[in-house]
Amino acid sequence: MTTSKAVKNAPPHPMDSLLRTERIPHIWCPGCGIGTVFSAVISAIKNTGWDPNSIAVVSGIGCTGRMAGYIRLDSFHTTHGRAIPFATGLKLARPQTKIIVVSGDGDLFAIGGNHFIHAARRNMDMTVICVNNLNYGMTGGQQAPGTPLGAKTTTSVNGAPEEPFNFSYLASACGATYVARWTAMQVRSLRSSISEALEKRGFSFVEVITPCPSSFGRRNRMGSALEMLKFYQGRSVIRGDIDPKDASMDIDKEIVVGKFVDIERPTFLDYYEKFNRPQIPQWRSLHGDSQKAR
Amino acid sequence: MNGDEACCEGALAAGCRFFAGYPITPATEIAESMSRRLPQLGGIFIQMEDEIASMAAILGASWGGVKSMTSTSGPGFSLMMENIGLGICTETPCVVCNVQRAGPSTGLPTSVGQGDVMQARWGSHGHYEIIALCPTSPQQMFDMTIRAFNLSEYYRLPVIILADEVIGHMNERVIIPREDEIEIINRRKPSVSREDYLPYKADADGIAPMANCGDGYRIHVTGLTHDDRGYPAMNAEAQEQMVSRLVDKIRNNRDKIIRTNNLYLDDAEVIVVSYGISARSAMQAVRNARNDGIKAGLITLETIWPFPEELIRNVARRAKAMIMAEINGGQMVLELERCACGACPVSLVSNFGGAIIHPNLILNAISKAAKGKI
Repeated sequence: MTTSKAVKNAPPHPMDSLLRTERIPHIWCPGCGIGTVFSAVISAIKNTGWDPNSIAVVSGIGCTGRMAGYIRLDSFHTTHGRAIPFATGLKLARPQTKIIVVSGDGDLFAIGGNHFIHAARRNMDMTVICVNNLNYGMTGGQQAPGTPLGAKTTTSVNGAPEEPFNFSYLASACGATYVARWTAMQVRSLRSSISEALEKRGFSFVEVITPCPSSFGRRNRMGSALEMLKFYQGRSVIRGDIDPKDASMDIDKEIVVGKFVDIERPTFLDYYEKFNRPQIPQWRSLHGDSQKAR
Repeated sequence: MNGDEACCEGALAAGCRFFAGYPITPATEIAESMSRRLPQLGGIFIQMEDEIASMAAILGASWGGVKSMTSTSGPGFSLMMENIGLGICTETPCVVCNVQRAGPSTGLPTSVGQGDVMQARWGSHGHYEIIALCPTSPQQMFDMTIRAFNLSEYYRLPVIILADEVIGHMNERVIIPREDEIEIINRRKPSVSREDYLPYKADADGIAPMANCGDGYRIHVTGLTHDDRGYPAMNAEAQEQMVSRLVDKIRNNRDKIIRTNNLYLDDAEVIVVSYGISARSAMQAVRNARNDGIKAGLITLETIWPFPEELIRNVARRAKAMIMAEINGGQMVLELERCACGACPVSLVSNFGGAIIHPNLILNAISKAAKGKI
């Protein structure tokens, strides 16, 4: 449990340099999986050895959206669903900055779904990490695009009448260059996937199935956070290098985890340079800067 | 060139190097011009998936340290509202050009309207102040776009250019000054170390210096109510403090922001107030009235927001009557009535959009008012 009182003479935590420690305690519920993902993100950032001033974190709204507020990097907590287009502007203005988008399944795929598919299509150079807790946690546990068919939420008390998205399959279909899925129990694999995603040029995507014991778990009688973690781990089957459409995400049968996509594809900026920059000498010649037209 | 193209050139002259937009009549020519011109200048043009994304992208680009803008018309302007609020709350410099068409809804996409003036003022939720400029010609599209960038960089907020279809599509001569003749204002940068920097701690004039992403300050930016550190602060005191500053930085600098173009005000008895294309009809009407021996005057609102409250209060005291000419059912006339505060009668000449106001309609209203029939 967190406490608001600072512990005197506590030794510094190895991750302190990347944390806004003055903002702790955080708002997340006991047993929430976001902390695990947060820790994996910070470890992965440390592993890259990048200058912290060259990394920015952008988030949307919701429980996961609050991650941006606890990380000691340039961090932007934007509007609901709009983290990706905000990050798109930031990336194009500062191509030298590494961009990490962290948000929940509702933020990224319901209200922000259109932006996700287009950023993946454009191969916008950024890493998107989706904390999929199968419901809207911040508002008290409503049905989300990740909610399994038949699951109980405050807006589907008799069971959700919709089939959920398979986010990893969607990401790969839209053109993501890197796609992986893990549960919050598989910390080491998660950390190494996030590291790989960060190093990947292009639109990389990591989905993490996390327990939300306060809302989703409680309404679906899944027990404690630990029991939920074990449940998700028990359902998970590691199958790397398969067709992403076979990477099923069904908590009643199997949660296929692993790395599904790792490809190379020119980014938006690669193509932008290719098609637009040849004009520069031409334009310069018009203005007398250059002797020769292209 | 037409007004839309002049807007693009003004933006480039002001240093804009990022444009995100979505096609919409009658603002498309701004995006088209930008898509041609920005790559030539080393800038970025991106056509986003919608206007929500466009607005979000220009905010992101601005935090990346690049002057950014988008352009749209009514339906797209509606979609931008939430992120305009994010820009207000996070104090992000950027420019939004709304080339107004007639609404509501899809309305008359290719015809003129001025129905978005109150939306520009209050369209995003919550309480805030905004700056909006109204050009009356392609030349003013050029000049005001530069001014919009300067105001946005100085006061740190999205500045709105409220043009209209006729100004956007009208072709007129535009004089582009030499580079060294154009005044450019850039955002104030922090002068203290990272440890001492408070991102939302304002200087004496109410404006906080702005660190860009990558400057090494490792800022946190949020649309939640926040304290001087930029950290969420969920209480009424923090809300009072933050919103007061957002409001005061504009209200306390009204004299520097507000510009009107006043014609024959010294001895005017009947004063027409107008903006955008309607102000050009009004100018013709006022000149014709003068030829008829009527002491008419004109106030053209170059900044529509903040509204020139003091000027209107002062002239209302000595005017026989005031007339608002605008292409909507009567929006700014409410502001005029508020500020005239019963000191003189106020009337409205308007239509709901689709056509400009004929100068003769305004002239008739002036003649009637001069005879005390209002």
